[in-house]
Amino acid sequence: MTTAHVLWYLTRATGLVALILLTATIVLGILGTARAASPRWPRLLTAGLHRNLALTATALVAVHVVTTVTDPFVSISVAAAFVPFASSYRPIWLSLGALAFDLMLAVLITSLLRDRLNHRVWQAIHLLVYACWPVALWHGLGTGTDTKLSWVLALNVSCLIAVAAAVWWRLALTDNPAVRLAGRVTLAVAAAATAIFVLAGPLQPGWSLRAGTPPALLGIGLLSLALA
Amino acid sequence: MTPTIAPSWQDLAARLGPAYRLTAGWRDSNRAATLRIHVNRYGPMPAVGSDGRAHWLTDAVERAGLTGRGGAGFPTGRKMRSVAEQRGEPVVVANGLESEPASNKDKALLTWAPHLVLDGAMLAAAAVGATAIHLCLPRGRSHLIAGIRHAVGERTQAGIDPVAIEVHELPHGYVASSETAVINWLNGGEAKPTATPPRPYQKGVGRRPTLISNVETFAHVALIARLGPDWFRQAGNAGAAGSMLTTIGGAVQAPGVYEIEAGAQIGAALALGGLHRQATTVLVGGYFGSWHEIGQVAGLPLAAGPLRQLGAGPGAGVLFALPPDACGVVETARLLGWLAGQSANQCGPCMFGLPAIADDFAQLASGRPSGALYERLHRRLAQISRRGACAHPDGAIRLAKSALSAFAADIRSHAHGRLCPAARHGRAAGPALPLPPDSGDDEQGPWR
Amino acid sequence: MTRRLAVNPIACDGHGICADMLPELIGLDEWGYPILADQPVPDGLTALARRAVRICPTLALRLEGGARER
Repeated sequence: MTTAHVLWYLTRATGLVALILLTATIVLGILGTARAASPRWPRLLTAGLHRNLALTATALVAVHVVTTVTDPFVSISVAAAFVPFASSYRPIWLSLGALAFDLMLAVLITSLLRDRLNHRVWQAIHLLVYACWPVALWHGLGTGTDTKLSWVLALNVSCLIAVAAAVWWRLALTDNPAVRLAGRVTLAVAAAATAIFVLAGPLQPGWSLRAGTPPALLGIGLLSLALA
Repeated sequence: MTPTIAPSWQDLAARLGPAYRLTAGWRDSNRAATLRIHVNRYGPMPAVGSDGRAHWLTDAVERAGLTGRGGAGFPTGRKMRSVAEQRGEPVVVANGLESEPASNKDKALLTWAPHLVLDGAMLAAAAVGATAIHLCLPRGRSHLIAGIRHAVGERTQAGIDPVAIEVHELPHGYVASSETAVINWLNGGEAKPTATPPRPYQKGVGRRPTLISNVETFAHVALIARLGPDWFRQAGNAGAAGSMLTTIGGAVQAPGVYEIEAGAQIGAALALGGLHRQATTVLVGGYFGSWHEIGQVAGLPLAAGPLRQLGAGPGAGVLFALPPDACGVVETARLLGWLAGQSANQCGPCMFGLPAIADDFAQLASGRPSGALYERLHRRLAQISRRGACAHPDGAIRLAKSALSAFAADIRSHAHGRLCPAARHGRAAGPALPLPPDSGDDEQGPWR
Repeated sequence: MTRRLAVNPIACDGHGICADMLPELIGLDEWGYPILADQPVPDGLTALARRAVRICPTLALRLEGGARER
């Protein structure tokens, strides 16, 4: 296996694991706001895990970005990691990654500086995770070369179900019926849109081309699968 | 001790007495003092230094031993000095909100002798170098407010005020009159207490050092400026200096606002109002104060020092004698319910603790204490104090604890099913302790 | 140096995570709000106290005394 293959596998692996960890992080965060606890699972555990998983996920995303940028087979510049539409490789789907990364950085930096910030400012930025996660999910589905694999698909679906269930449950705890309804409708629409996208996009043949993979690289996916 | 008073003021000193200072001329004239009447009675406002400052006044107020008349009793001179020592241009706030329902002294003072308050605020501003003065009044008291605006107008016309006085009308929930709540409102926020630090003297209105005191306190400053600290100390007893306004009410023949020497005996003060022969219990200080058997406190001075060992204090100068046909337990339960409803709901121990205690007391009043009520109540009373951002829960706890002691016999009778008539079917004349008419059980009123 | 724990009662929302972290010094009342022990933080518990301060969701808990006191 060449370095290029290693980097590519790392990119895909870190991406998937980061998705799992970010899913767990968001679910724990939601459980925290709901003050969920039991004698064997104290609040401390939720709060501590949330923080540690978030930091681990961030580290993995950092590796994911580095391996992507240094991968010699695809020319994705450092700028493309932060700035949308700075790359010619699957521009839309990669831009989602850049956007998710930017949002993650904002949340990370404000959380590390939490004791110096106004609490309401910190909280407002922290809520951006509700935008970051779906953007990251779509990034993975659109950019990811493994979306068609059944276990990868199953993973993505499980993550979506986990977050959706947590949000649905959390909304049940609000006093405000308007908020609950609006939240659940948004959730349902987002989930449905994701399903439609996956079915009409990545799962259809020719997605690589439609997603914007440069023609020179179109064969590589099949080649690496053949070698693996 | 012959006080050293400037010759021009000796005539005034001779006309005033130990308990005839702020109220000189009130009852005689029975009308609000215009600027002219005020100047005739008390002389013109003493001159400030050529730079507009009156540093000597802070020394004088400190030596006079004047303490705040709003309820906390903090030494005023020390407060003035702390404000003057801060960096930044200070602000003076005169707090005339008086949201204590059993107290009327500030309203009376502002109605009958507004210029004493305004003089005092102006002089204090000169002493600390303040460039703004805010007078805070309770919204809705249109007559009072109109009178004050008129008084301010008179002074503007006469050109005697180097600093402009702004008059504000604030919401007047119980906690809205606390220092940080008033300052928060002046800063554009709600009239709810804020967490300290920083304290008002450090950062208050507009993040500037703020001297905030009760209107009566400023009135005393106005007289100290004229007649000096030694004269001020000619009245007073048991460590308390000067005179003070009290609101005497309940089972007395002539309820109202009275001026007494600070530290005067509680029994003597009650006698001024004509205490009912059969009254046995008195509420001292305010609804944040404490119940005491009259026999126990009649001989005690209404001063911080002697009352501290009983867990009591002069507070806002309220002395309310419980009518003999009222039930102390029922009245206290009603007060606690009201106090719970007045919480700003910012701090857990107050927000949840006060209604819980009010509920416990309601059970004591009705004679149907459930389960381990006493154990629960005592635990709560021990846990709630000093865990809020303001002194509101502490006051309610003090009231409740004192009721358990002062009305112990009634509580025992109730528990054995022997309810007094007031507890059984309510007092014929209605509840004894006054509560504002516009505050329902759940309605806290606006905060802005 | 003596350090003490203090809580901003307005910021405190009664999450109670601090009590999980430092039960030696922080208890909870019946409504879930912290009751701080009336004693300085012993040296051996300072590290835990700092973690408790960091983990408070509303940053209501603070450690006073020492160089970083504002």
